[in-house]
Amino acid sequence: MEWRDSGIVLAARRHGETSAVVSLLTERHGRHAGLVRGGAGRRARGVYQPGNEVAAHWRARLVDHLGHFTCELVRARAGPLLDQPLPLAALAAACAVVEAALPERHPYPALHAGLLGLLDALADDERWPETYARWELALLGELGFGLDLTVCAASGATENLIYVSPRSGRAVSGEAGARYRDRLLPLPPFVRDGGTAAAGSEEVAAGLKLTGWFLSRHVFADHGGRAPAARDRFVERLGRASGR
Amino acid sequence: MAGAAIEQLIAHLSKLPGLGPRSSRRAVLHLLKRRETLLVPLLKALTVAAEEVKACGRCGNLDTVDPCAICADPERDDTVICVVEEVADLWALERTHAFKGRYHVLGGILSALDGIGPEDLNIAGLVARAREPAVREIILATSATVDGQTTAHYLTDRLAGLERIVSRLAHGVPIGGELDYLDDGTLSTALKARRPF
Repeated sequence: MEWRDSGIVLAARRHGETSAVVSLLTERHGRHAGLVRGGAGRRARGVYQPGNEVAAHWRARLVDHLGHFTCELVRARAGPLLDQPLPLAALAAACAVVEAALPERHPYPALHAGLLGLLDALADDERWPETYARWELALLGELGFGLDLTVCAASGATENLIYVSPRSGRAVSGEAGARYRDRLLPLPPFVRDGGTAAAGSEEVAAGLKLTGWFLSRHVFADHGGRAPAARDRFVERLGRASGR
Repeated sequence: MAGAAIEQLIAHLSKLPGLGPRSSRRAVLHLLKRRETLLVPLLKALTVAAEEVKACGRCGNLDTVDPCAICADPERDDTVICVVEEVADLWALERTHAFKGRYHVLGGILSALDGIGPEDLNIAGLVARAREPAVREIILATSATVDGQTTAHYLTDRLAGLERIVSRLAHGVPIGGELDYLDDGTLSTALKARRPF
């Protein structure tokens, strides 16, 4: 068995002295692990940093074997972010979330493209925190836990949608949710409008709280409802950076 | 083939870094052939190491005395602390003879994958040392990896407010490195960190 695909490094665990078990998010084969001989050695370790884009070649005798990866670095995404605390924290969080959330060997081409888009945004887009929150929303959707933010769950209204029900994941209008607002999650406009409105730090925090709630409830339920520590650190750092 | 005691020795040695069953078998044979000149002195050295070597209570370095020789050396610069991940990194810096300050060994780096959080590292000890009046600069010498730099940024946050200079090692072109063979991440970092020549 063998295939070639483009992939994004999610994690590399040392295996023995110099080898590593590397986990990639590939375009056509989903999250896939494989052994890389020399992957933890001095020369190759830089290639297998989370977020780096690689051209991967996987080989195994049987399809359900771990198999071996041979990877060539296509674009080093992690290096330019090393001295930028917030984008670096976001990169680590995104890779940790994908590593923990996605089942192995199931293709998610849209998520692969989305993660590449997020990595592009981290490199040169000031509005990358919004992109991150939207990316988590898309991740929820791809995993079957998408939120319905188009219409009010209570009244059917399509205007003034400012809350989300933490139970159903459906939008709730300001009028219908007024009595329950303490129990509802805020729905920031940038999440609802799909990118037309620029978001402030409060809105981004609300967006991450929204996605974090549903990630914990649905995706990380098997992990005791706990998101990866890298995501917690990113959210905490983002909050501190915006002075909250 | 060999006696049980020898097989046991081979099995223990083969667990060491760089040694497999075949090479440890050769090493054991070599030791047994040179019993007086190699095996006995090695045994004594191992016994001393097992009984006397301990982590320095101040910096985390390994030595037979506590505080270690580096911490106890009055010639060293008390104003600078170099933070490293492991004792091996401390030894690597010492080999350069380029740094004459004090060290602090974290005992690892933050790693979500391995479940290593701030509470698992010797960070409280670093913050306490950084508060000492003599200290002026903290050099963060963690790896140029995502986890290494995440740890460095975390330490920077923890040290903020102490009014100490926090610096990190430079990233860029290694000595003997040819640009054609460098990855684009290293090159772009080197370009960003260029300085007047």
